[in-house]
Amino acid sequence: MKTSYAFILAGGVLALLATAPVFISDYWTGVLLGMTGYVTLATAWALFSGPTRYVSLATVAFFGVGAYTVAVLNDIMPYPLVLLCAAGIGITMALVVGLSTLRLAGVYFVIFTFGLAELVRQTVSWWEVNVTYTMGRYVFLPFEGRHIYWQLLALAAVTFLISWSIGRSRIGLALKALGDDETVAAHSGVDVTRIKLLLFVISSTIITLVGAIQAPRWTYIEPSIVFNPTVSFMTLIMALLGGAMRLWGPLVGAIPLFLLFEWLSGTFPDHFSIILGLMFILIVFVMPNGVLAKFDSLRKGSKL
Amino acid sequence: MKNAFSCAASVARHFTTYAVTSLAIAASVTSVSAQDRDKISIGYAISKSGPNAGGADMTVTPNYELWIKEVNQAGGLKLPDGSRLPIEAIAYDDRSSAEEVVRAVERLATQDKVDFILPPWGTGFNLAVAPLMAKFGYPHLAGAAVTDKAPDFVKRWDTSFWFMGGSADYVSAFTKILVAERDAGRINNKIAMVSVADGFGIDLVKAARPSFKAAGFEIAYDKTFPPQTSDFATIVSEASNSQADTFVAFTYPPHTFALTKQSKIASFNPPVQYLGVGAGFPVYPGIAGSSVDGVMSLGGIDPNNELNTAYREKHTEIVGRAPDYWGSVLIYASLQMLGQAIERVGLDKAAVAKELSTGTFATVLGDETRLEDNQLRAINWVGQWQNGQFVAVSPAGGSGTAAVKLPKPDWE
Repeated sequence: MKTSYAFILAGGVLALLATAPVFISDYWTGVLLGMTGYVTLATAWALFSGPTRYVSLATVAFFGVGAYTVAVLNDIMPYPLVLLCAAGIGITMALVVGLSTLRLAGVYFVIFTFGLAELVRQTVSWWEVNVTYTMGRYVFLPFEGRHIYWQLLALAAVTFLISWSIGRSRIGLALKALGDDETVAAHSGVDVTRIKLLLFVISSTIITLVGAIQAPRWTYIEPSIVFNPTVSFMTLIMALLGGAMRLWGPLVGAIPLFLLFEWLSGTFPDHFSIILGLMFILIVFVMPNGVLAKFDSLRKGSKL
Repeated sequence: MKNAFSCAASVARHFTTYAVTSLAIAASVTSVSAQDRDKISIGYAISKSGPNAGGADMTVTPNYELWIKEVNQAGGLKLPDGSRLPIEAIAYDDRSSAEEVVRAVERLATQDKVDFILPPWGTGFNLAVAPLMAKFGYPHLAGAAVTDKAPDFVKRWDTSFWFMGGSADYVSAFTKILVAERDAGRINNKIAMVSVADGFGIDLVKAARPSFKAAGFEIAYDKTFPPQTSDFATIVSEASNSQADTFVAFTYPPHTFALTKQSKIASFNPPVQYLGVGAGFPVYPGIAGSSVDGVMSLGGIDPNNELNTAYREKHTEIVGRAPDYWGSVLIYASLQMLGQAIERVGLDKAAVAKELSTGTFATVLGDETRLEDNQLRAINWVGQWQNGQFVAVSPAGGSGTAAVKLPKPDWE
């Protein structure tokens, strides 16, 4: 019963969010758009990195590939097909990367994923320079902010649904074991590598789609625009702030942080970077496990 | 409501006071809005941090600040009724992110509701905001954006204006000089060409290959290098071995500076040396550490143009350093055109856009600056260092350009 109420509530909120662009200005639609993009990115990121505790900095590699796919294909095939292609490329890339690296652990994985983002960017640049002789591609799709926002909102809903159902499935159980102790999980019969790979592919595909959906907003795309490492760091810090181990954690982190960044860049355009750095330090020192965990521990503390 | 009433009353008063033609109605409506307000708000989002900050801070931001300061010192922007209103500037940092620049323009248009929006730095970011500027009806004075597609963009966004030409323009003007030199027997038929594997380099080299070939040149050396490259010893020695009399480098400032230093070390001194962005910076001779006479690049100024000289002095005085010899003056001219358009037709955005498109303006580029098909075409395409100044030498383009002096003298 409780679950069905939650679904009704979630559906209501979703409907409300979907109708919002009719009532609010283009600017606030833009804010909602950016926020939904990051909520989706952070949730997709946490889908893999939360339970496995593999900190990935490859977000922008997939995000950029999605955007580039749209840039390359948007004038030769219909848009839905372009999105399918982007998803396909995301899956393929995630499989290749996952198969070759998910045996890495700890800091090696972090370094690898950071390198991957740069590798993909350089490969795309090299290809464009030496094979196609084009730097900078145009995306002329008839989308305004709200159209992109609706697509992102749908993707966000799907992402939450996936995250929720994984949490309740056998895979979710296996994941909990895996996150607690990989060796023990492997000994108990959990196919560790396969599960990690599956999650990595799902998470990466969603991230690729976020990039693909957002691309039409920039009209012009070149590697330095879509492979901006800030995307990886923002996603990471948002998921960590909320708590990457919980379904709603990334959302709880992404929304306030995004609004804060927006407020900072509107109000203190010249001091943004300094304040941002201080924020990061604060988050890491005060609530290393995320806001939700902090609330939990505070509540438990008061009960005692 | 009160404003609407006072507007209506005021318009009515104007109607009764003057026997008005339809033209004068427009003028009186504008003067009403001038009475109601005490300032003109102008907003912009520019890269103050991130990878684009260097370019923006060289060419764009100082000119925005200079122009706003000058206008406000003179009492503000002049309106058709002769009154002046000071500019209130709203500046955001797009942090070199495409999503940020798009949202910042949405914020300027729908939250701050500014009267005019000045463009960001770079081709990519100008294109990113172009659909929004058109949607909200703002004239888009795309200054720091080099694109061959401007004629298409003008059709797509009819309130967009393009001030920096396209790669093909720069390359074809340079090719004309090369052809003249070759026909005079001063250089051979070979060209050594290097380019950075990034927006500017790719765009230029893509235009250069067919242009050089069509003119009958042989590209004896054609090398693209990654933007992180800092050691140019191999490239310079390979270019030197190619026996080409013409060395072309479509590069960004770090590469331009490093290439210059390496050429000096290796005594690589072909008769024609054409370098990319940075060779037109006032600091270039200082960085080279010697005379750079003979070096060619994009842009250039007319040393006999007093308006330009005055502009350079003012820029040095207020900003604290001299403007570059390529983009700065174009950006500044675009701002002067905006100011004069407002003076003629008031604050109505559509009217200003129309005036920019059809009017003739007195700018630092000359007394008769006008746009052709919404594009500035009277640009100095090729410049050369002559007697310590970066002088426009293109046969086509700007007025009163000097003759190119080749072969380039030895590095001292």
